[in-house]
Amino acid sequence: MKFMLDIVTVTAISAGAFFFLAGTVGLLRFPDTLTRLHALTKADNLGLGLVVLGLLPHAGSLRGGFKLVCVWLLALLAGATVSQLIARAALASEGSGSFTVDGPQP
Amino acid sequence: MTIASALEMALAAVVLGMAIWTVVARDSFAAVVGFVAYGLLLALVWVRLDAVDVALVEAAISGGLGGVLLLGAAARTAAAESRPPAEHPAVRAAAALLAAAVAAALAATVFLLPDPAPTLAPAAAANAASTGLGNPVTNVLMAFRAMDTLLEKVVLLLALVGLWSLARDRFWGGHPGPRHRADPHGTLAFLARLLPPIGVVVGVYVLWAGANHPGGAFQGGTILAAMWLLALMAGLTDTPAISSRRLRLVLVAGPSVFLAVGLGGLCFGAAFLAYPAAYAKPLIVGIEIAMTLTIAATLGLLLVGAPERSAE
Repeated sequence: MKFMLDIVTVTAISAGAFFFLAGTVGLLRFPDTLTRLHALTKADNLGLGLVVLGLLPHAGSLRGGFKLVCVWLLALLAGATVSQLIARAALASEGSGSFTVDGPQP
Repeated sequence: MTIASALEMALAAVVLGMAIWTVVARDSFAAVVGFVAYGLLLALVWVRLDAVDVALVEAAISGGLGGVLLLGAAARTAAAESRPPAEHPAVRAAAALLAAAVAAALAATVFLLPDPAPTLAPAAAANAASTGLGNPVTNVLMAFRAMDTLLEKVVLLLALVGLWSLARDRFWGGHPGPRHRADPHGTLAFLARLLPPIGVVVGVYVLWAGANHPGGAFQGGTILAAMWLLALMAGLTDTPAISSRRLRLVLVAGPSVFLAVGLGGLCFGAAFLAYPAAYAKPLIVGIEIAMTLTIAATLGLLLVGAPERSAE
């Protein structure tokens, strides 16, 4: 049982680390604000979620696990809100950019 | 080399790199972002050093409120930045030399410290039972060097008075900062409605846990201030006029309760700020509760700025 849980932990945290890596590469390489935000939110949401999932078997107590899940939920909330706000600000300030031409209007 | 020490060395290298980047960044907005990241990384360093109390303050002040304050400053000075520097090159060279000399002196001091460094930690640990609190940091802050802590809170209040004194005469007694407007059905207003109930619970918990675990008045107060600022920026509420009696009562509550307890020690106990042994814990927790309110209000108002709208 413990061995199985360790496999879950290693798999989930490795997958989470991959999403963080991919998100960072995207942040550095993508051409504009909106695509960079897209890359970043993947790291925040999926990467952190997978890391939390991997840590859950080792949380020790139900309370510790609940705290971990709360951390993830709060990061989700903050990440989603902030990326919305940044995206709106980017759309407003890059009025002449390629995005407002046929991209979503605020 | 273990994995833990490899991670620590990588962390130290990133902190150093971030610090250098913050100093050399030409654009002050970029420098502020660097400084915020630097503060958050430094918080991780404090965690690695088992100084969780310091880590909490570092993240909240340097990464959070300090970052917002500096972003505001960067926005206000953006116009001046595009102009070439007015100072003579010799002045700039002298300033760089002075800064390098201070840094070198600090580094030399660190290297010249006796090993092990002189410490009062054993004495503090030996007397920990005298207050009934389980968190040694709170013991030191609120009992063993309570005088320093009291004066720090007064300094915070003086800083706010200094900021308010920048107000134009006709706005004196008015509302500090601009009135924020945001879409009441928008994302920011949504977050400002959803997050504060959670944040207030977390802030009060951090204050309460401070008696026995990492946490305390400053950390809890900063979280409360952040929640208030969020509601302010979403336009859900307005800053109170600085002439408001209630606001001023909150602002002096912490230092006054602290002073009153201190004078009580002088009248009925051994010395100024001497807590009677039987009531040490309730007195300290009482001071911390009053202090949390004051810290939250003061930090929030320090960020909002000087009064710029009249009270009507």
